[in-house]
Amino acid sequence: MFEIAGIREIVKPENLAYRKSDLLTENVMSYCPGCGHGTVHRILAEVIDELGLQSDTIGVSPVGCSVLMYNYIDVDIQQAAHGRAPAVATAIKRLLPEKFVFTYQGDGDLAAIGTAETIHACNRGENILMLFINNGIYGMTGGQMAPTTLVGMKSSTSPAGRIAKTMGSPLKMTDIVATLPGTYYVTRQSVHTPANVRKTKKAIRKAVQYQKLDRGTCFIEIVSNCPSGWKMTPVQSNKWMEETMFPVYPLGDLKTPEE
Amino acid sequence: MEKELRLMKGNEAVAEAAIRAGADGYFGYPITPQSEILEYLMEANPEETTGMIVLQAESEVAAINMVYGGAGCGKKVLTSSSSPGISLKQEGISYIAGAELPCLIVNVVRGGPGLGTIQPAQSDYFQSVKGGGHGDYKMIVLAPASVQEMADFVDLGFELAFKYRTPVMMLSDGAIGQMMEKVYLSPQKKRMTTFPDWATTGKKATRPRNIITSLDLESNGQEIFIQKLQDKYNLIKEQEVRYQEFQTEDAEYLLVAYGTSARVCQKSVQIARAQGLRVGLLRPITLFPFPSKRINELADHLKGILSVEMSAGQMVEDVLLSVNGKVPVRHYGRNGGIITTPEEVVENLKSIFIEA
Ligand SMILES: Cc1ncc(C[n+]2csc(CCOP(=O)(O)OP(=O)(O)O)c2C)c(N)n1
Ligand code: SF4
Repeated sequence: MFEIAGIREIVKPENLAYRKSDLLTENVMSYCPGCGHGTVHRILAEVIDELGLQSDTIGVSPVGCSVLMYNYIDVDIQQAAHGRAPAVATAIKRLLPEKFVFTYQGDGDLAAIGTAETIHACNRGENILMLFINNGIYGMTGGQMAPTTLVGMKSSTSPAGRIAKTMGSPLKMTDIVATLPGTYYVTRQSVHTPANVRKTKKAIRKAVQYQKLDRGTCFIEIVSNCPSGWKMTPVQSNKWMEETMFPVYPLGDLKTPEE
Repeated sequence: MEKELRLMKGNEAVAEAAIRAGADGYFGYPITPQSEILEYLMEANPEETTGMIVLQAESEVAAINMVYGGAGCGKKVLTSSSSPGISLKQEGISYIAGAELPCLIVNVVRGGPGLGTIQPAQSDYFQSVKGGGHGDYKMIVLAPASVQEMADFVDLGFELAFKYRTPVMMLSDGAIGQMMEKVYLSPQKKRMTTFPDWATTGKKATRPRNIITSLDLESNGQEIFIQKLQDKYNLIKEQEVRYQEFQTEDAEYLLVAYGTSARVCQKSVQIARAQGLRVGLLRPITLFPFPSKRINELADHLKGILSVEMSAGQMVEDVLLSVNGKVPVRHYGRNGGIITTPEEVVENLKSIFIEA
């Protein structure tokens, strides 16, 4: 992997307002500018670091833009087949029950091809954290329609906009898994403003700690953007997300433990 | 320690042998004619004794990906299924081969294509030996011909899987899976307590993070990796060929058959010999690597080879490649769950090679 030339000379230690977690590698992320994936990686790495769990963490990366998560977060990671991360994580957690195990999946991965694995891992109450990055589109393959694509939203395979009658309506996996007795903590968050980043980080931290209780699956949806797939600037995409995505995917907790 | 003698079905023998081999996890989904493996393990509940995890997955797809996850942690894991279920596992098997993970996959074959029949067949030879899933990979394929071998090949399968970091398939069939025979079971082995250095067990300060992946977006890197895989398969071809011969010393005609067909053909050899025909049998135990060299050597003194399979003719292609035109090679087989009789084999041998 490569490093941005001269970055160390430009950023002097005395000018540092914030530094990346040691658990983020030096590899330059392959994500498009303004993409939410990088932010979620960062806060996930920070939580693992802050809780001192590097040696106790095993992650599972999906097929999707975040397939290369293992190049960016310095923990042991298995790269799963498209949609199968929950099955892979199930076995890891069952065989290494003392470890913190998480999956990181896009909406195509988790809500289309991997629907069965998602629902059944949650239904068995696998004691894992599932991070679900919902950007309403297939980013990696070039902006095709996802099960989460909004009605009327254009994509390369719904060029005139998604038509509910023939293409289905946005699939709310988070709402579905929240109804299952196997899930312990289900929440929907975002990372498009500093305040939301802090909230999401808090949610991740909670989920990691819940895993020690052995009470069931923690499921965090992060409504996110895909500036490239949506054909918008990062700023436009965040605005569009607030105005158009949030009404369909409202932020907030869907299931919280009774403590 | 002494071995324990029991009367068991082939499927039960696999399950019991897996517990005794010190397996860490089994992940399966019901399908006839192999459901006894999952049922036996659920009943035995080894989590209470050895700590082995047994899980009924939501599908064969999930089960094979659980195997991927467990194998990636360096654990001894297995799954089993029958033909339609094995088809569903193919993407996962390809990923396992691509990530170089060790595991055991048991296929108790039934007839097909499609939903086919629940009766025994050997029609998954191509799928097992020639790839099955996508990409340039192979797996070691062991073909048991008895309940005893279904038990023994669990241990052997794991040994080879870890030695070469490769998936190993036990290619059985509905007849051997369902029939009862006496079987000597090995004593209980302890589960592993140390794991390979590549396994994802949590990154220690003393090592770089471990990554289980089959992805390489760089063409050069991918080509080097594929070459490395082929080197491994060539090594396996050199070192792991297994087969058994019956009365081949003076044979003029050779039967080549594996699994259930090999049992039938052993009887055919006796019948043919009683009629004064010098017939022998070669039973491949490993289907990959295939005993090509030995078949080629034998061909020097043969008048013809009959490949006998419960299929429309699959292994016969490897027999043909092995002899490379030295002697005539023909196929004889029954399909749809029908097991050929020893007499039928002899009749066909005669009509193909002698009366023709
Ligand atoms: C079995 C299989 N089918 C299809 C693909 C192609 N593919 C790669 S990524 C992807 C969709 C990814 O979209 P999403 O999960 O939403 O993640 P994003 O890239 O948006 O983060 C598809 C269809 C594949 N790799 N494997
Ligand atoms: S394609 Fe979309 S999801 Fe993928 S990195 Fe670019 S912006 Fe992010």
